[in-house]
Amino acid sequence: MATQTGTQVTRSASVARRGAWASKKRQEQIIRIAATVICLLGLIVILFPLAWMISTSLKTRAEVAKFPPVWIPRIPQWDNYRVALTGQNPFGRYFMNTMFYAISVMVAEAVSCSFIAYGFARLRAPGKNALFVLVLATMMLPTWVTLIPQYIMFSKIGWLDSYKPLIVPHWFGSAYLIFLLRQFYRGLPKDYEEAALIDGANYLKIWARIIVPLSLPAIGAVTIMSFMYHYQDFAGPLIYINSQINYPVALGLQQFQAPFGGTRFDLMMAASVVSIIPPIIVFFVAQRYFIQGIVVSGVKG
Amino acid sequence: MAAQVASKRRVTRFGLLPAGKLERREALWFWFFISPWVIGFILFTAGPIVASAYLSLTNYAPGKSPEWVGFSNYVSLFNDRIFWKSLQVTSYYTLLAVPLGIVLSLLLAVLLNQKVPFMGVFRTLYYLPALLAGSVAVALLFSWLLNPQFGIINYIIRFFVGPQGVLPIGVAGPRWLQDPNWVIPSYTMLALWGFGGGMLIYLSALQGVPTHLYEAATIDGATRFQQFFKITIPMISPVILFTFVTGMIASFQVFTPAYVIAGGTQLGAPAYSSMFYVLYLFLNTFQRYRVGLASAQAWILFIIIMILTMLMFWISRRYVYYEADEEGTI
Repeated sequence: MATQTGTQVTRSASVARRGAWASKKRQEQIIRIAATVICLLGLIVILFPLAWMISTSLKTRAEVAKFPPVWIPRIPQWDNYRVALTGQNPFGRYFMNTMFYAISVMVAEAVSCSFIAYGFARLRAPGKNALFVLVLATMMLPTWVTLIPQYIMFSKIGWLDSYKPLIVPHWFGSAYLIFLLRQFYRGLPKDYEEAALIDGANYLKIWARIIVPLSLPAIGAVTIMSFMYHYQDFAGPLIYINSQINYPVALGLQQFQAPFGGTRFDLMMAASVVSIIPPIIVFFVAQRYFIQGIVVSGVKG
Repeated sequence: MAAQVASKRRVTRFGLLPAGKLERREALWFWFFISPWVIGFILFTAGPIVASAYLSLTNYAPGKSPEWVGFSNYVSLFNDRIFWKSLQVTSYYTLLAVPLGIVLSLLLAVLLNQKVPFMGVFRTLYYLPALLAGSVAVALLFSWLLNPQFGIINYIIRFFVGPQGVLPIGVAGPRWLQDPNWVIPSYTMLALWGFGGGMLIYLSALQGVPTHLYEAATIDGATRFQQFFKITIPMISPVILFTFVTGMIASFQVFTPAYVIAGGTQLGAPAYSSMFYVLYLFLNTFQRYRVGLASAQAWILFIIIMILTMLMFWISRRYVYYEADEEGTI
């Protein structure tokens, strides 16, 4: 009798558990579907501004000011792009300037940061950790604290209205990217290095022949991040570049802002669309490296 | 052997170079590799910091030689209404944009972590705005979206809750960037549009939380909410702290959108409601040529950020959980 109820109890318990398990699984499914729906809706909200940018860029002047708004222009005004990018604003020239700036900084940072990071990641010396803390501390320093004396210094040596003040300092490394590469280097196996040392190679050779080839993905991430940042940089050129012929795209776009409601939003959006195409292409081509870089820097911080 | 090396290292612990021949060679190479950073640090960071401290105590203007004025720049800043306004504007923006951004990106990361199909595609597309959020193009785009007359956002508001809307409560959209009370919420919207950057970091942090913790909690009968607040949040708390500190530092220095939307001429308009701290610093430096005063502003910013960072680390000591790490914390 007692044993019978015992087995009954266990059986009903197991049935209940199975029921609970089934409902648990169902619950998981519902949660997953709900999460997917919310993510989709969020995506629509997030991407809508970009769609609106494209739509505006193809409107006529009348359509831009229409209320209720025109969602899709009746006849796409492709000519807006020609008008926006030529004429008063030589965007071809701006684009060359931007590329020159972004690529120069990118090369400078890739070389200098991978060099410096190797020292911090793999070589032992007294005081190394204290110095590295100093590197990290400079990340917290507001750029505006050093800006005024730097500006005075660069104006004294006649570097204003050129990209030199914006490029040359990057040959001395940047804290954030040094940190990122150091994290990566520390994960590399030591075996090759030790073997090379025994074979009589010096550390410079090890860096160039072993470390750099092994860490190309990380250096890729660093170069892309650097490119993205400087392609879009506005404050730097605003401060150092004066003549229109030297403008980057960011300063050229700013020209579309007119006071007292005179802004031609159709042309402004057309130029804006063109300006964001290069970073979007680079992002989609190299997103694996890019995302990896952000993740490493964030999680291990 | 190992003990010998260790003892040798200990002997010269406070010198710049260790005693052993190999160790000394390695240390020299270390200095060789980091020498670019050391030179750059002296030329472009340490030197300018000292110089800006000196300039902040002078009434330097371009073309004149600096004249020592003591702390009078600081005194005149403390008596400057616009200086306090800029501090208030920036603090309000930081308090609004940083916590909201963290909550939103954490929520999105948790959602995407629910084994959502096409997670990779979602991740990429949600990150896309973060990539562009700091650009001039996007600042211009938002000034267009938020245009009081022709902007699409006010149209959508009118469509849903306007007098003849779906839900006719008769609420009209605000004048956004032209209404002093709505300027900071407008800039916050711009900042939040890029919340995918934080999402990416949280997503990988979530994936780093050991699953056995959740399994144990499930067996003990913990609900999902309990698991989230008792396991997930504590386990990723260092990452939350990191994003909080970096987010705060960045939002205290916000410049580009405010400058671009003002068209570079009416900085701070309307009624100084968009006079961000750094915008006022820029104005004093490059439009009013009061370089000494601006240097004092820069130094006050430096001190504010230092204090806030230290305060945050100090407060978080109680709440942030660090797993033991054999390599040390950095």
